[in-house]
Parts: sequence; structure tokens; C-alpha cells
Amino acid sequence: MPGRPRAFRPPGVCLGPPAAYIARMFAPLPDPFQLRPARVHEVCGPGATAFAAIMAACSGGDILWIGEAWQAGALHPPGLVAFLDPARLLLARTENQTDSLAVAEEALRDGGLALVVIEITRPLDLRQGRRLQLAAQAGGATGLCLIPEGMGSNAAETRWHAAPVLDAHGMDSTPMRWEIKKNKSGTAGAWHVRWDEQARHLHVVSPAGERPGSAGLPG
Amino acid sequence: MWFPRLASDRALRGCPVEGPFALVARQGNAERLHCLNIAAEQAGLHRGMGLADARAFCPELISRPARPEQDARFLAALRRWATRWCPWVALEGADGLVLDISGAAHLWGGEAALLEDMRARTAALGLALRLGQGAGRGAAWARAHFGEPDSPLETLPVAALRLEPETCTTLERMGLRRIGDLAGAPRAPLARRFGPALLMRLDQALGRLPEPVSPAPEPVHYGLRLSLPEPIGLLSDVMGATARLLEALCPRLQAQEVGARRLLLSLRRVDQGSQQVELRLAAPMRDAGRILPLFERGLAEVDAGFGIDQLRLEATLVEPLHMQQSGLNSPARQDERRAELITRIGTRIGLENVQRFLPADSHIPERAFLIAPAAHSAPESGWRSTPPRPLRLFAPEPIAASGATPPQRFRWRRMLLHTARATGPERIAPEWWLADEAWQSGMRDYWRIETRQGRRLWLFHTPQNPGWFVQGEFA
Repeated sequence: MPGRPRAFRPPGVCLGPPAAYIARMFAPLPDPFQLRPARVHEVCGPGATAFAAIMAACSGGDILWIGEAWQAGALHPPGLVAFLDPARLLLARTENQTDSLAVAEEALRDGGLALVVIEITRPLDLRQGRRLQLAAQAGGATGLCLIPEGMGSNAAETRWHAAPVLDAHGMDSTPMRWEIKKNKSGTAGAWHVRWDEQARHLHVVSPAGERPGSAGLPG
Repeated sequence: MWFPRLASDRALRGCPVEGPFALVARQGNAERLHCLNIAAEQAGLHRGMGLADARAFCPELISRPARPEQDARFLAALRRWATRWCPWVALEGADGLVLDISGAAHLWGGEAALLEDMRARTAALGLALRLGQGAGRGAAWARAHFGEPDSPLETLPVAALRLEPETCTTLERMGLRRIGDLAGAPRAPLARRFGPALLMRLDQALGRLPEPVSPAPEPVHYGLRLSLPEPIGLLSDVMGATARLLEALCPRLQAQEVGARRLLLSLRRVDQGSQQVELRLAAPMRDAGRILPLFERGLAEVDAGFGIDQLRLEATLVEPLHMQQSGLNSPARQDERRAELITRIGTRIGLENVQRFLPADSHIPERAFLIAPAAHSAPESGWRSTPPRPLRLFAPEPIAASGATPPQRFRWRRMLLHTARATGPERIAPEWWLADEAWQSGMRDYWRIETRQGRRLWLFHTPQNPGWFVQGEFA
């Protein structure tokens, strides 16, 4: 019987967290997914919000989420409960992207926050991206820009693409495919991950097609 | 001190008129005279007269609406002004002041000289004044309203005892017209007939019962002004001046154990133009060194013109802030840092735009949470566990589908999506006790749809008003 997917262990990645970690409010992320601190990163794709929520959940501090007030599709806190306690979240609703960037710079420079999430609507030029990067370095806080597809800035430390995928066999419904498309200080790669709501931990799973015991796959 | 025409004198001070003048107040459905000047009284008008009757009597009467709240403010200002004679000044009714001058009269050269000074200064203000003086409040009131400052109490009518009008009428019918008559009458029958109030008033007037004057508390004022001999215009100079004001203000806040929540800095230019910088803080603060950098952004936008020669700083809103022992990394210190960051962000985008989510008690997805300004709310836990909810919620977007079961494929945002798995339905009924436009279409059956393309959507079907909508997206 093809039971729950067995954890796939890439070489050099520590998985299967000890019980002590699960009991805590948050567990550290597996190594390739740890965003380098004091830098600004980017994520795009349909699963970007969940990516940001998981990064926020594993950051273990307060989070500032900056978005423009006019944007439709607002964050829904009851949905966030599966990832983190919404009480850890501060929101900043700005009028335009200039204000968003100014607020982000201020918050990154302050350094008291674990993660600053910025929703970007227009592409950043090199100057704006670099300013964010310098602010993050000065304050030691991590920034994460949610960008529309193809609007990446050259100044970003890493750029991720996150998309939900269908798990055709299991009843589990949270698998996602995360891919590093750009990495200034490392290699690119792609992983299939699954968020464990109870343990608040991210598991790396092998893609559905390569899983042992899953014969007769379509395509 | 009784100001018999306080309201009309106040109105005439700002805008004097010749001839009869009256303030009109609306009582029930009729407009009645509220307060008149001397000319109007000489024309035969009196208080409480209907305005229409008064116009018939005296066609040249000029009238204005009465403003009782402004009168009260004016009287409060007079009370502060009257502390020039003695520190114990209290309000007496709506148009009088009572001063406890014992121990203060000799500073003005005796009681007669003091009264003379009061008269002269009040006349200079353009106010009608009647003075009464006595051993107690009752006696002073009686003489001010019904006699001269030194007229003997016994000769005054019983109405001078601050009694109910019906009691006065009854007393007069009994032949007790003057206070002297009443004082000579046996007390027991009077108490039996009129209750203890009459005797209390009598004793107060005769000075047998003490009636203290309790002055109104002086509100603490958190305002400071700095006038400069030479105008300044550089940002660093203005910041320096602001720093000096803050250093003087903060000890004052500290002494009262309060912190400023809102600060207003008014800058007056040499050409008399005035500009204001308002700073709203996310948490009460009284640390000059930490407040000063927060002013920088506001001051940078000020146009100094030919220079600024006066600065005025006022804490317009204060909140209690108790002293605390400071640690290096205590939670209080972290909260302070957080509040400071919120303030800094708030100076850029407005303090009300820095928000946080609070749980709300509703099963309607749109109302299951509240968004509150972070500066005025504390983080709250206690989120109810619900069936899975989407991360993003948007206004319902209709899709073309029919039937009670989710469509096998549908088009949403110009994407063709195939349903791979549908979980549901979760039925949510509208809250009928609230009128909500969005829920007019009746109850909803929510489905979690996993599409073969990967997107996981939150769809609902309205069985009472058939239609399918996408309202949210997981992940």
C-alpha cells in the first residue's frame, strides 16, 4: 500500500526534525531554503504568498507585510493560521510603490523585525533594488519581495519561483514546487516541498513521478 | 461676583450694537429672550419673554441666538482671570464666581479697596457686575443678587436664600417676607413644614453652617514657546530649537508620569505665516532624544520663507506612562523599539495605515477578522480553528458553470482549469441580522478545488440563486 510519501533526503541536507523542534513554535527550515539573512530576496509565481508565509513562520519573530492599499486579493488571516500566528504580523498599507519602498527601507534598517515582506507591483530598477539591499545589510533584517512574474530586480540575492502542484495520489493537498532561478552565492535547484500544518515544519518530498511505489503514472 | 448680563455682554464685546439687544434661546417650540442689555430692559422687556411679543413691544430690538456653551467657556476664562485677586475661585451657577478672599484682602489694601478694584477691572472688560460680600457663600450670594455688598442680611427678601420659587411664595403668603422674619421664627415648625433644606440655606446665609469654596483644578498644560531674537531657516537650527523645547517639555511630562501621544509644533515665520508639524506617536513617549529624530521628516517639509522666529511645542494628547526600570533586553524595551518603528513608518504613510489583524467572532469569511491600527490595539491571539481557509481572499469572481457539483473544467482569469479534486461542500449561511449586500444571494456552499494545473481555489455555489464564484486562493 503506498502510504505517506517517504521523506526524500538530498545529500547534505538535514531532514526529519527531532521531536524537540516540532514542539517549539517554529522549526528551522531545511538548509537550501534558509534565506540568507541581511539580504533582500524575491519570489514570484502563483505560490508566492504561501512561500512568504512559510518563510515568515520559520523566521521566529515579528513580520511586517507591506502592500498597496488598492490591491485586490488581500491577505486572509484565517488562512494564515495554518502557517503562523497572525498576531506576529504587522501590516503597512501604502498609497503607491514609492511609499512601499520607503517603508520597507525604514523597517529593514531598523533591524528589529524578523522578516519584511514587500508586495511589488511595478519592476524595481537597479537603484531601488540596491537601496533595499543596503538597508537590509545595515539593519541585518531579511527582506522578501513578492514580484509579478518576470519583474525581478538584478539586485536581489535569490529569486524563487513557487507554484502549487497537484498531488494526484495522496490526499495531501499542500505540495508545492520551489525553484531557485537566480542565486548570487550558491547554486540553483528545484524541490518539491510540503508544509506540515501540525508540526509547522517544511518537508522535502520527491516529485510524485519519482516516488517509490507510485507506479502507473500519467504522462 | 455676579454677572447679571454675562451672555449678552459677552456677545456685545465681540460685536457691539447700539440700542436694545437680546439673545434668544429656543425653549420648547417658542423663541424666548435669554439675556438682554440695559437698553432692552429699559424698553420694558424682560427675560423669558417670547421673541414675537418683544418685537411687538420694541420693533428696533436686535437679537442673536444664544450660545450657552460659549458662555460657559467665557465664565471659565473669567474664573482663571479672577485668580489675580485670590487663589480660591470657584464657579457659582452659570453666571457667577465665588472668591474666598479671607487672607488675601490685605494685599489689595483692605476689602473695600479690593471690591473697588474688582469693579474697575470688570467695567474695563465691559461686563455688568454685582458684588456681594459676606461671612459665607450664602451671605455673599444674597447680597450680590438682592442688595449691596454691605447691606444687612435681615432686610433682604427670602428669595435671597437660594430657595425654590414655590417655597418663597409659600413663605411670603405666611408673612415671612424678609430673612430677618425667618431668622426670628421658631425653627421646629419651619423644619416640619418645609423640610431641612430651608433651615440649611438660612444657616448658610447667616454663617452658622460652613460652605467651603472648592476651586476647580487647574489642568496641567504641556505647551512651551521659544521666541528667537533672530529668525532661523536652516533645518539643523530648527531641529536644535525643537530639541531645546523637547528638553524642557519632557521633565514636565515626567513629573506627571505621562507620555506624549501627539505633539504639535507650530512655527511662526517673520511674515506672520504659521506652519504646523504634527507628530503622532504609536506609544506614549517622553524621551527627548528619541522623539527628536521623529520630527525630522515633518520639519524637512516646512517652508521657512524669510525665517522662523517663534516655535511653540505642545503635547496635545498625553497618556499615562509609568516609570519603569529599564533593562538591556527586556520585553518592554522591545515593545518600545517596535512602537518607535511604527511611529517612523506612520510619519510616512499615516499612523492609521500601520495595522494588524484581530480575530472577530463571525463565521462569514469576510468578517472573521478585523483590521485595526497597530498603534491603538494590542496583538490578540485566539483565532478559531476552522476548516482550511484560503491565504488570499478577493471579491467573488463569477465563473460560467451550473449545477450543484463543482464544474469539471472552468475558465477563471483567462485560464482554463481542470478540476482534479473537490472537497466540500461547506455550507455557510448569511448573518440575517446584518444587512450585507454581498450576501444578498443567500447561503453559500464552499468547495476547495484542486486543479490539475496546480492552482488551489476556493469556489462557492449559491443554491438559492444559482451561480458559481471564485472567492479565494490557497497558496
